[in-house]
Amino acid sequence: MKTRSRLQRFKESYFLHDFLRDPVALTSFCILVVFLVLGFAAAFIAPFNPYDAMNINIMDAEIPPAWLPGGNPDFLFGTDGQGRDLFSTMLYGLRVSLIIGFGAVALQAFLGIFVGLIAGFMGKSVESILMRIADVQLSFSTYMVAIFISAIFQAAFGLAKYEEIAVPLLILIIGFAEWPQYARTVRASVLAEKKKEYVEAAKVIGLSKTRIMWRHVLPNTLSPVFVISTIQVANAIMSEAALSFVGLGMPVTQPSLGSLINVGFEYIFSGSWWITMFPGIVLVVLILVINLLGDWLRDFLNPKLYKG
Amino acid sequence: MQHLLEVKDLSVEFALRTGALRAVRNVSFTLNKGERLGLVGESGAGKSVTGFSIIKLISQPGYISGGSILFEGKDLAKMSSEGIRNIRGNRISMIFQDPMMTLNPVLTIGTQMTETVLAHMDVSYKEAEKIALEKLKKVYIPSPRKRLAQYPHEFSGGMRQRIVIAISLLTEPSLIIADEPTTALDVTIQAEIMDLLLELCQTDDMGLILITHDLAVVSEVTERIAVMYAGSIVETGLTSEVTMNPAHPYTKGLIAALPQSGGAGDRLTQIPGAMPSLINMPSGCPFHSRCTICTDICKVEVPQLEANKSGTLVACHHADK
Amino acid sequence: MQTDSLVEVKNLVKHFDISGGLLDQLTMENGRITRRHTIVQAVNNISFAIKKGETLSVVGESGCGKSTLARTVMGLYPPNSGEVHYGGERIDQLSSKQMLPFRTKMQMVFQDPYASLNPRMTVRQIVEEPIYFHNKGITRGDAKDRLHKVMRSVGMDPEWANNYPHEFSGGQRQRISIARALAVDPEFIVADEPIAALDVSIQAQVLNLLMDAQEERNLTYLFISHDLSVVEHISTRVAVMYLGCLCELAPAKELFSSPRHPYTQALLSAIPTVGGKRKKHIHLSGDVPTPINLPAGCVFNGRCPHANDRCRMEIPQSMKVGSEGLVVCHAVEEGRI
Repeated sequence: MKTRSRLQRFKESYFLHDFLRDPVALTSFCILVVFLVLGFAAAFIAPFNPYDAMNINIMDAEIPPAWLPGGNPDFLFGTDGQGRDLFSTMLYGLRVSLIIGFGAVALQAFLGIFVGLIAGFMGKSVESILMRIADVQLSFSTYMVAIFISAIFQAAFGLAKYEEIAVPLLILIIGFAEWPQYARTVRASVLAEKKKEYVEAAKVIGLSKTRIMWRHVLPNTLSPVFVISTIQVANAIMSEAALSFVGLGMPVTQPSLGSLINVGFEYIFSGSWWITMFPGIVLVVLILVINLLGDWLRDFLNPKLYKG
Repeated sequence: MQHLLEVKDLSVEFALRTGALRAVRNVSFTLNKGERLGLVGESGAGKSVTGFSIIKLISQPGYISGGSILFEGKDLAKMSSEGIRNIRGNRISMIFQDPMMTLNPVLTIGTQMTETVLAHMDVSYKEAEKIALEKLKKVYIPSPRKRLAQYPHEFSGGMRQRIVIAISLLTEPSLIIADEPTTALDVTIQAEIMDLLLELCQTDDMGLILITHDLAVVSEVTERIAVMYAGSIVETGLTSEVTMNPAHPYTKGLIAALPQSGGAGDRLTQIPGAMPSLINMPSGCPFHSRCTICTDICKVEVPQLEANKSGTLVACHHADK
Repeated sequence: MQTDSLVEVKNLVKHFDISGGLLDQLTMENGRITRRHTIVQAVNNISFAIKKGETLSVVGESGCGKSTLARTVMGLYPPNSGEVHYGGERIDQLSSKQMLPFRTKMQMVFQDPYASLNPRMTVRQIVEEPIYFHNKGITRGDAKDRLHKVMRSVGMDPEWANNYPHEFSGGQRQRISIARALAVDPEFIVADEPIAALDVSIQAQVLNLLMDAQEERNLTYLFISHDLSVVEHISTRVAVMYLGCLCELAPAKELFSSPRHPYTQALLSAIPTVGGKRKKHIHLSGDVPTPINLPAGCVFNGRCPHANDRCRMEIPQSMKVGSEGLVVCHAVEEGRI
């Protein structure tokens, strides 16, 4: 037997092998990487800055995509109703959607793992109380909570203030609404792990409960967390898009993919289908590749599930 | 005399993504009517795969890659799955380590037993129930009539294994394959089940293939023994002969490693190392890396089974001929 | 108290409440709702002492409470009543902080070589964790030396320290598990079925390792097993348990040559032997009752061939037999067997 470095281990692992052999997973991953790069490098890639009012000329409104008659080669995917370049706006919108998606999931995961770990490890009344709180939280629909909070916020502080803090607020709303998913998953695997003998071995060494919990139990409960994280990112992006679509998400001045679709919807009957269509396609593809990656990860980590 | 079962050069492979894994390599043995054979080996030796492949119970990615299995004159290896179904659970019964592999948790014992009878025999429901009752009595289940209406979870582990044996007897098979039937049970229960199996084989003249890792159990129950190592039989012969005068260094080591062989408190004779993985089989004799009498020929040439003077077949270059 | 006993257990009782939540406990009885607890009586009133340097084995069938006993001795479970003494000091009521000095003296080896090592830690992390924990301020070099020393002493190449448990075979994992226990230089090791999950040829390796370690380090073992031939081989004294109760405790030679308790007799007759003449097995009637509803009187009365009315009514007390044996049986006491 030989000792190998971490990198070598990874190269020889089933994880990489399986991944490279699965064309769906591989393609999804590549597309996701492209989206991530496009979104986070929007400031460098986008030909225009849609947040800068100086750049926008209302006379350019509703120009069709470059390849259609009446198209302007400056605006690849055409422009929206305010004369913003749709391509640039979409890149910035993608960035907003991704930030909200990942941010909300990070918050969910943090809260959920913390609560789930403590509930599962402590047991007894601590567990009952925490899990009942989670149940109560789950019984409110995300949208209901989000609509409620953002409506109150918009009414109380006015639209201008709301526009400033829309991104963190949405992260908070979506993050809070869905943490019980994590709490339940983590608690279930903590319950399974804490019965194993290595936990007893750690107790025999004399380690404190906190140390056993974080150092021994937590790392072994994370595989299912990865799986639900992928699905939750997709869900969070969709939640944001849905909220924006009903006008309670991102304001039109800092559009996300969802609010772009919403804005474009008003123009769809006047023939400017592209304002809704292109952000829509991007959103669908983004959600699809994330879900496909999540499916692959679930199958890989849980080979007992039969692949139909 | 015709054998009840004659396995010749049986090979079983598993198609893995890294290539074919040969779990069973050219295994041959015979079993006469009413004879009891023990297949002994450690985990990964291929003993269970051999047992399963006799009735073609190996599923993808495993397959029989060569050899023949003659049972009552018919070659099971070449038989259609339709034909196999008529033999499996009818002429040949199987007992698993976990009784719940055989028992359906949502049906009563009575339903399961009568259904088995009705599937294989042309009798009325009344008669089927009578047969079930008779078999339960045969395996010494107390108050069998009451037990017929109960579900598997209402029985203890030992009782469940008795019921599985009763079910395997329903069709009056000529061969029972028992795969670690008592490994999950306690010693006292194990002794009872083994006594029962032995008694049934003797009274009904049934053949038995007992697959187990426990040499002691095999030596008490069987007449002949086959010791498997890394997919092949390394030694086979009369149980008394093999256990008292083992010829293959692996069998010797296995017996010497048992705590009861040495005096209390002494160091046990141990076999160094571990069984090679079937994916990376060494050349020559599969045991050579752990063998104390290994020479150059062992590293190159695979030894064949040859009879020694007491009639035991041994696959070792250095065994006394 | 005798000075030569290292560990002493007095009237130890451990029950588990498995009744679940409040709603599960409520049952209808005679038209009234009553709250009912389901209690597993895993260990009932067990007393024994382990002498320095000896191997005391506890044997019994599955569910007899031998593992619970081991864990209660180790302080993993708090006992319901009774006392555990270590080196003359009572340890069953200590807080986890007060328990720390004893943690280096008492260690445990577990049954399942797959579950007893944290799959996300390398062998180095697994074995060094107790070293660092119990030697605050130890330098990296010293810790590494101790790791290498202990790995060599269990027959593992220190080169392998950076590998993960899943890269080792069952026997090697059990060696790692033993190395972890030995890393803090304990005096007393509880081994809970340490070889039950291993193949025969590997069992011998691990048993030899345990015996060697005992000789070199003058260890005291509490050895839990269901395998009587293993127990006969390595034990100084043997305790037989049935349904949470002690049946018999005697020096190994005495117990195996002349078992007194009817359960011990049945157990011994059931051990299969290689090559030897087939013995007559003593068949016990019926099944092992569950430890939830213990039978009245002697726990073994339902299956005992010698049981009479007294056995069904009165709980037998332990009585001294032979040189230093104990047996808990009315029939032996009355001279019926």
